[in-house]
Amino acid sequence: MSSEISWQPISLSNKRNIMNTHIPFTHRQSAHCESGVTSNLLRHHNIQCSEALAFGIGEGLFFAYLPFIKLNKLPLTTYRCAVGNIIDKVNKRLGVDLERKKFRSPEKAMQALDEKLLEGIPVGCQTGAYWLPYFPPAFRFHFNMHNLVVIGKEGDEYLISDPVLEDTVRCKSADLARARFAKGALAPNGAMYSISSAPVNPDIKQAVKQSIVAVSKAMIKTPVFFLGTRGINFLANRVAKWPKNLGDKKASLYLGQLIRMQEEIGTGGGGFRFMYAAYLQEAAELLGIEELHSASNDMTLIGDTWRSFAVSGARICKGRPKKDDTYLHLSKILQQCAGDEKKLYQRILQIMQ
Amino acid sequence: MKTSDVPQDLGMIGEYGREVCYAVDSEGKYTLSQSLGWEPKNIVNSQAWDTISEEIEKALELVQQKRVSPIAVYQAKHQMDLSLLAQYVGMAKWRVKRHLKPKIFNKLSDKILLRYCDVFGITLDELRNFLATNKSQQ
Repeated sequence: MSSEISWQPISLSNKRNIMNTHIPFTHRQSAHCESGVTSNLLRHHNIQCSEALAFGIGEGLFFAYLPFIKLNKLPLTTYRCAVGNIIDKVNKRLGVDLERKKFRSPEKAMQALDEKLLEGIPVGCQTGAYWLPYFPPAFRFHFNMHNLVVIGKEGDEYLISDPVLEDTVRCKSADLARARFAKGALAPNGAMYSISSAPVNPDIKQAVKQSIVAVSKAMIKTPVFFLGTRGINFLANRVAKWPKNLGDKKASLYLGQLIRMQEEIGTGGGGFRFMYAAYLQEAAELLGIEELHSASNDMTLIGDTWRSFAVSGARICKGRPKKDDTYLHLSKILQQCAGDEKKLYQRILQIMQ
Repeated sequence: MKTSDVPQDLGMIGEYGREVCYAVDSEGKYTLSQSLGWEPKNIVNSQAWDTISEEIEKALELVQQKRVSPIAVYQAKHQMDLSLLAQYVGMAKWRVKRHLKPKIFNKLSDKILLRYCDVFGITLDELRNFLATNKSQQ
């Protein structure tokens, strides 16, 4: 019965803060929301950190196939770490102080946001993309891990730097409140964060070194069969059995969901593999380690292999498979991804020794 | 992926702009390139929406046959399963399940129905008289 008590209408009461404030904030479009928000917030505090760098230092790259967690009745696959980890890791590694808050009441959550804005501090918010009216309708799914930066308020409208969009947008306070209090898996509970202090000269090189090693280890040394490169192999085995176990229709739904997670949800292409390749390239220059350039090239090729999976799989989803487009073939592509990635992480660990 | 291979297949983003992806330029350097979309993504995106449309159709049919209450149509429209809807209206799942029965739905108070209206962004009248309005359209 506790759920009864906690119910509040999503539409806010009339007690709204009407104010005008616009924080000068440079909006840069990014491929992925969390790494984009992290990068944009850091740049606002004078730390030059590209999206790829934020993604890498935040140990964004990962893989997990979690068939026991269902999203819209379909198994969850992720090509990145858990939500919120990127920004937390980056800040920890660079010595940035991040203030994080969650709320029970939308009223209080919006008030706290307004207070920060009045202080001139841009605020990151975790939201449910489904409720954001400015989002392209085709992307309006229940997806509670969407990050954005609120940079001002004019009357009843918030000014928002949503990193996956080309330009800043406006959003009515009632809609933003709804998005901040989206329900379901990974409900944001009004989560918001802002940088309270940032170091003048953070040790980016050290952070890069640590993160590259950490990502490689997480990918090949996690002793669980559904995580890391083992997870890719696990998925490969499952994919081969889908048509037999699920029937054609359901198998194609599973496949479609898989491709969506890989390509659509702001991954920068190839399930974040291209973004990570960009990171390795930046790391090679920062650290002056030539071998990381070739590691970056290899990662690009792996990204291309993931893309070929999407191309072939999508043809099956459309019901127009070519001769080679079979689940068995898809399974082989995944095995290749798993094998190539494993080799690459092993090599990276050797380089970084 | 090379910048020259960055796909520009118009589709689900429509006139909402472009997204960015990572690609390698002619000198081998990574850059952010804008993309209008990619056909495989368009395919799987429309596949997801087809599934949602099917669910809505199914719900609509059941409502018209008076086997479930109109809540089901809006539930499908908003891509909610029972548990998600229950969380949004702040009621236990078994209560929402009851409200999906036409007989019980017809006896519900405004207060309860308003919770659903708030979540679905509709008026009380739209929800209560769903059947009447949707029949007249046919």
